[in-house]
Amino acid sequence: MSEQPFVVLDNVAKRWNGQLGVEHVSLDIEEGAFVALLGPSGCGKSTTLRLLAGLETADEGRILIDGRDVTTSAASDRNLSMVFQSYALFPHLSVAENVVFGLKVRRVPRAERREKLTRALTITGLIGYEVRKPGELSGGQRQRVALARAIVAGQRLCLMDEPLSNLDAKLRTSVRKDIKKLQQDLGITVIYVTHDQTEAMSMADKIVLMKDGHIQQVGTPSDLYNKPNNTFVAEFIGAPPMALIASEALAGFGPSKRIGLRAENIVLAPEGTGRMTCRVSESEFLGAETLIGLEHEQATGLTIIRPGLSPMTVGQEVGITFDDADLHIFDASGNRLVS
Amino acid sequence: MNSHVNLERRRQAIYGWLLLTPAMILLSIFAFYPSIATLWSSLFSRNTRRRPSEYVGGENYSDLFADPTFWLVVKNNLLYAGVTIPVSIAIALAMALWANSKISARGFVRTAYFTPTVLPMIAAANLWLFFYTPGLGVLDQIGGLFGLPTVNWLGQPETALWAIIIVTIWKEAGFFMIFYLAALQTIPEDLKEAADIEGASRWTYTRRIVLPLLMPTTLFIMVNALINSVKLIDHLFILTKGGPSDASKLILYYIWEMAFAFFDSPHAAAMTIMVLVVLGVVAAIQFFYIDKRTHYQ
Repeated sequence: MSEQPFVVLDNVAKRWNGQLGVEHVSLDIEEGAFVALLGPSGCGKSTTLRLLAGLETADEGRILIDGRDVTTSAASDRNLSMVFQSYALFPHLSVAENVVFGLKVRRVPRAERREKLTRALTITGLIGYEVRKPGELSGGQRQRVALARAIVAGQRLCLMDEPLSNLDAKLRTSVRKDIKKLQQDLGITVIYVTHDQTEAMSMADKIVLMKDGHIQQVGTPSDLYNKPNNTFVAEFIGAPPMALIASEALAGFGPSKRIGLRAENIVLAPEGTGRMTCRVSESEFLGAETLIGLEHEQATGLTIIRPGLSPMTVGQEVGITFDDADLHIFDASGNRLVS
Repeated sequence: MNSHVNLERRRQAIYGWLLLTPAMILLSIFAFYPSIATLWSSLFSRNTRRRPSEYVGGENYSDLFADPTFWLVVKNNLLYAGVTIPVSIAIALAMALWANSKISARGFVRTAYFTPTVLPMIAAANLWLFFYTPGLGVLDQIGGLFGLPTVNWLGQPETALWAIIIVTIWKEAGFFMIFYLAALQTIPEDLKEAADIEGASRWTYTRRIVLPLLMPTTLFIMVNALINSVKLIDHLFILTKGGPSDASKLILYYIWEMAFAFFDSPHAAAMTIMVLVVLGVVAAIQFFYIDKRTHYQ
């Protein structure tokens, strides 16, 4: 028998009163992987996570964790931990009590409990905060308490539901690194829900991009960036997003196709030699570079990246050019055509 | 610059006093002044035609301590409070936990529990009078089906106070449930989910998470229940009038009786003052001692 993946979702569906939650979700996750469930609000990524956690029950399909069918198991029988978006810390319990709550419930002996607590607090840098209540901690500290609670029991699977969305931008970047390091040090499998593509790209080994309850693409960050399955993936991944051009605007691509192009592959052409002529609509200075937004009747999202501070006059007409090898070609319904 | 700041501060102070004034006037007229007047009149003897009122100091108080009815009333009230407060709180909590869970007809259950509170006290007392009436009453009708003898629940000293206690619990539990229900709805759903994932049973979750988070509400309800237990009078008018032989007489009813049936207002005043002092002390203990061990969100 070939080696079975650690977590398997097999054609899982969940509906509420006939309204679609998720459908046809099939996914294999290897042990030790960092998987991001990515997508816009309402795409079903949180539902998928809650189905895995056992907080919701699937209407169809099977869920296997570590080779065991847990489709109908209670949350507590699935041997996993979870970090909630709101952290879900118990407000009347101290940091230490919050972290060992699960161990106490599962009747772990006191000595072992203390040892595991110390380890979890050391890893998350919370030593010295044991007796504080969650209300006396900053957002970042609360977030670490939630992490400590998730790792203290040593479960091999940890689910995270947008754990960074309540932190400010600066803290988010540093906690992102902490979580990734934690996952690698402990060798645990993390399934991480986020709507922030930067988070998913920077942390995950594998990204599952969802929309309207369906999986759009599963792959490594570079797969999603370099070989988007469809125009939704193309426009969702990357900042600035991929530009889409109607094929009629370019010679030699036939009718009713859409052509994708990343900002870094577009260059300004000397006057009169460009493949397309656009009008400058905005200049956005970001420090190391300036993004120049371009307007064209048959294209959306055209942007050029220019190094340093180099704004251009709004309304100016410019010619652009690009290499055919950098183009992504989609059919009329938005699916990638293999070139 | 400096005068500017002073002016602003004065404006704030005036604003604050303006906001305080309505409550201060109302409380002074209807609470502070009557309390002080009561204290004052409790120190004077009764004004009769033959003997005008004169200052007697603590004599009214010592009279009360020597009065066996006073001690009976105190004992009755302690029993009444000691049973109604914990039992109605426990029932309220149980009802709230049930009415807050995912059951069908949740709205109906909540309304049904709250109905006794909406009924006017006098109407409720009359309703229970009908339940308790010997021979005709619902209780006796049901008892009769099983061949039990007729009991005059309100008419015999052994059961009269207990009959009153049951009416009070019936009436208060629904009222307290509303507070618990409101408090339960402020507990975020994901605490339950987090506890589920950690493997906590429903009972563990309730005991370790829900009950501690409900403590502020419990404290509030306890203070209210205590005050209610001393305030009860209208049921007694309808159901027992304190009888038989003072078996169901409670403090406020006794005070009323003294003041308006025996026209002995100095003794009534003295007793009122004692009630105020005891209530004040208990409320202070509840708020300062239990408060410290309570988590507020």
